[in-house]
Amino acid sequence: MTQDNTAHHIISYGKLVTVWLALLALTGLTVWVAHHNVGIGHVWGSLAIACLKSGLVVAFFMHMKYEGRLLRWLLFIALVTLAIFIGFTFFDVLYR
Amino acid sequence: MNHVAHKDYAGAKLGMWLFLFTELLLFGGLFLLYSAYLSRYPHEFAAAGRDMHVGFGTLNTVILITSSLLAAMAVTAIQRNERRNVLFFLGGTLLCAITFLFNKYLEWSAEIGNGIYPGSPRLIKGPPGESVFYSLYYLTVGLHGLHVLIGGTLLAVVAVRVKRGTVHAGDFVLLENGALYWHLVDLVWIFIFPLYYLIL
Repeated sequence: MTQDNTAHHIISYGKLVTVWLALLALTGLTVWVAHHNVGIGHVWGSLAIACLKSGLVVAFFMHMKYEGRLLRWLLFIALVTLAIFIGFTFFDVLYR
Repeated sequence: MNHVAHKDYAGAKLGMWLFLFTELLLFGGLFLLYSAYLSRYPHEFAAAGRDMHVGFGTLNTVILITSSLLAAMAVTAIQRNERRNVLFFLGGTLLCAITFLFNKYLEWSAEIGNGIYPGSPRLIKGPPGESVFYSLYYLTVGLHGLHVLIGGTLLAVVAVRVKRGTVHAGDFVLLENGALYWHLVDLVWIFIFPLYYLIL
């Protein structure tokens, strides 16, 4: 028997295609930004667009928007851990 | 004794996510190396980055995003019990995976043909920052390519099981976890693309 202990949320094809179109538009934007805006600003701009794109993929394609609190907290902890690694490394690299 | 197959759906998905977090930290470490060396060799990185093939990078980004869409649609299709659509979408994902790897082959062939590969005479003669850039590039993109290969194989196995009917609307965690792995491959590329192809 299949024991169903999670609510399955079905995401419609239309919603997935909308997310795909948004991802394509953001890809176009990031290529445009890279070619039209030289300087340190475009590094942060490109990274911000990449974060936005991965947010869309995680929320909709990976169903995180519809998951329970446990998975959301674990994702949050994993990202904070990564941020601490990066933060502490740069604390060393930039001020040595 | 009556053996009832015990299925812990939430546990199976939780396990997959925990594995994906370790993958996140693995690639995160490589991105960390990239940024630490970028701050040490900004000019060499910029010079090497300008030689990257932006066309290949952009094309492969579009291919991976599309494959991710098809994998997500396959999950929706199996939840709606539309088996033909599941196979159609998974086939599309696999086609995208093969196209991606073929593009990668063309791109790497062009670079290796120009004498750019770890330990090549051209890179040994050049500035140290340039060879660091290309070593990190081959390591990160190579590891990502390996993930594309593994993810494609995994989804092909899932597709066979969907065809046989062992993965169906009542029990599709294998398809869902396969799709999650595939989305991770897409996520990693979303960061590789700007870091290696665009910002330098």
